[in-house]
Amino acid sequence: MSFSKIKEALTGLKSLAIGLGLTGQAFCAENVTVIYPKEQVDNLSTYRGPVELVGKDDAPEVPKCVACGVCGKACPSNCLTILSPIPVKEGEIISSPAQMGPAPQKGAKGPGQFILDFSLCSLCGQCVKACAHKALRYSNNPYLVGYNREDFRFDLIERLRKRSRD
Amino acid sequence: MNAFLLFIAHPAARIILWLVLMFAFIGFNGLILVWVERKVAAYVQRRPGPLHVGPQGLLQPLADAIKLMGKQLVTPVAGDKMLFWAAPLLAFAPVTVCFLPMPFEGRFNPLPMNLGLVLILAFSGLGVVSLCLAGWGSNNKWSLLGAARAVAQSVAYEVPLLLSVMAVAICAGSLDLYAIVRHQGAWPWQWYAMKNPLAFFIFLVCAVAETNRAPFDLPEAESELTAGFHTEYSGMGFGLFFLAEYANMVIVAGVAAALFLGGFQGPLLPGVWWYLLKIYSILFFIIWLRWTFPRVRFDQLLNISWKWLTPLALLDFALAVVVAGFRSIK
Repeated sequence: MSFSKIKEALTGLKSLAIGLGLTGQAFCAENVTVIYPKEQVDNLSTYRGPVELVGKDDAPEVPKCVACGVCGKACPSNCLTILSPIPVKEGEIISSPAQMGPAPQKGAKGPGQFILDFSLCSLCGQCVKACAHKALRYSNNPYLVGYNREDFRFDLIERLRKRSRD
Repeated sequence: MNAFLLFIAHPAARIILWLVLMFAFIGFNGLILVWVERKVAAYVQRRPGPLHVGPQGLLQPLADAIKLMGKQLVTPVAGDKMLFWAAPLLAFAPVTVCFLPMPFEGRFNPLPMNLGLVLILAFSGLGVVSLCLAGWGSNNKWSLLGAARAVAQSVAYEVPLLLSVMAVAICAGSLDLYAIVRHQGAWPWQWYAMKNPLAFFIFLVCAVAETNRAPFDLPEAESELTAGFHTEYSGMGFGLFFLAEYANMVIVAGVAAALFLGGFQGPLLPGVWWYLLKIYSILFFIIWLRWTFPRVRFDQLLNISWKWLTPLALLDFALAVVVAGFRSIK
């Protein structure tokens, strides 16, 4: 039983006391959780919900998106599908986001369809990071529910319109 | 009224009355402690805890108990049926005996004896046999490992526990809990916790280890052994182990309160309230420990006992002998 062992034991005892103090403080502190149906949390600024389109400043129902397709390329799980605004032929559309590149038609500055398959998304945020126009952001509704898989295939343009109407 | 007093005067009647009272107390205390445990856990983790059954969730343990009683009792096919079902009963039975010499109130002693402390130590030692039987009878590797751990742990911590208890008993000159309590006063500086803080510390650590509570809950370590010795128990089989654990906690807290905190002695209030207050303060502390410290490793557990607590307790015991010896010469 050397002197250093005793010193080690004493520091150990001290840290045990500090630990008790910490939990004691937490015991007396206020709760941080809320009981959901009665109360709701309000600190959602950093919450990551499924991504949504950002509307233009002057026209909130029109997405800022220029349909460049970079977000779709950046997505590791392929959950974003950005479709060309005008069908090339009747019933035929350019469907692969990887082929999109710059806007395929002259004058086309927005997506025809912007589909997010949330059932594949892991909320990694690569799409939000990749977007040069800041046209994508996280939504902040933590109470998202659905009855089946299809409920999580979001038409983001539709959702943007609905949001700007409300 | 006279007939009742005569009835009370008979020792057998007093013991029966006391045991019935204690059964009720153990059951009620189990419910309260489960609630306290869950509330303390919740507040330490800064959440509200049980809320919806009864006011502040007070009836939640009752709902749990009804659920436990309604469950099917499953016996492992390859297990030893006799041992398997004897174990929970054996875990619970000695607990009630341990309440007999507990000094709840100075004026009422259900069974006057001068070896109350020894009775408690002897019968609380039986608890580990039930864990051993449960582990063996279950025919399950986790149960068996849990049982082996329980036995090793119990053997290791019984030694410093007994030494720290003996240090106090030597100073008080008695093994009767009532006499030891009377030897202390109503105020904290008259308590053995102040006169012999090392013994109090050793007793508390050993008490937590003997009742298999975190951070010494290795026999039932969830993350390593599923549930240790009670992995295979369902319904009230598990319920009895659970109840016995909480009753054991009350016993060690009761012994600690009597030995070190002046038991039923205290100003103004009747003794029983002081005793309960002291018991529940210690219980709160034990629960607080559980939600603060992570579980120790098995080699650490045994090292703490054999390398630290046992030598320290021996030293403390020797000092107590010297002090008590000088006092008796004077």
